[in-house]
Amino acid sequence: MKSSVIIFPGSNCDRDMDVALKKFGFENQMVWHNDAEIPKSDLIVLPGGFSYGDYLRCGSIAGKSRIIKSVIDFANSGGLVLGICNGFQILTETGLLPGILQQNKYLNFICKNVFVKIKNKENKYFKKIKKEVLELHIAHNEGNYFCSHDELKSIEDNGQIAVTYCDHKGNDDEKNNPNGALKNIAGIFNKDKNILGMMPHPERMIDPFLSGEDGSLFFENLIESL
Amino acid sequence: MKVKVIVTLKNGVLDPQGKAIQQTLNGMTFDNVSEVRQGKYFDIEVNEADESEAKSQVEEMCKKLLANLVIEDYKIL
Repeated sequence: MKSSVIIFPGSNCDRDMDVALKKFGFENQMVWHNDAEIPKSDLIVLPGGFSYGDYLRCGSIAGKSRIIKSVIDFANSGGLVLGICNGFQILTETGLLPGILQQNKYLNFICKNVFVKIKNKENKYFKKIKKEVLELHIAHNEGNYFCSHDELKSIEDNGQIAVTYCDHKGNDDEKNNPNGALKNIAGIFNKDKNILGMMPHPERMIDPFLSGEDGSLFFENLIESL
Repeated sequence: MKVKVIVTLKNGVLDPQGKAIQQTLNGMTFDNVSEVRQGKYFDIEVNEADESEAKSQVEEMCKKLLANLVIEDYKIL
């Protein structure tokens, strides 16, 4: 299985993602944002970081970069596109995912482990994961998911909520909401569930000695599902 | 010609920075400040002599890049 990680100026989780993808069997290639076309891939990943220094709005400048047109074409043809953290912000700015990630409610940069509840397994990203709750890492200043009332209804009706912030038992209530995100949303799909954007970093949880292994479950499932 | 644009958050959208500024002002004895909303201001030099043409180009820029219409409104001055 071939994957492509796109590097924007200011990306900083691109190499972690490369390590994670290769560890679980992907043949990964790194693609520069100013390239015109993405090489043949089964999965495209927009990594975390601070593309273009978060100028204007997080992800807005990267969302207009040269490579993005081929990412949009790939996504619209049903290809798997995964955006983590800043990658999620870029996906909302391109319009591939609805809503926007605003500044965290309490204005602080949050860097810690959180629990997220898997809300929909009818898709390639979570299909064979046996757990309902995963422990993953977040590190962001703009993770406060927001969309209009009508959009939220449509997201809920179409099963587009992927993961929500919760406690270790899976209670995804306001008490377990780290950043003010609407409905505790930590990640969403597009309608067809081939595009996933989420704030937590599975690539940071693939080593039992350094962090944890719930990220491994995510990548193991991904390579099996493809 | 120069075109000026102001981008602000829509009514009802949470503005934590504005809130923090308001609270700071209140703490500085400006206690009659009840709300602050923070926005962005752009000066755009367009190589176009016709004012309405320049403004219509800037309007496109607002829709495509300068503002995110999910949470922001723009005003061309």
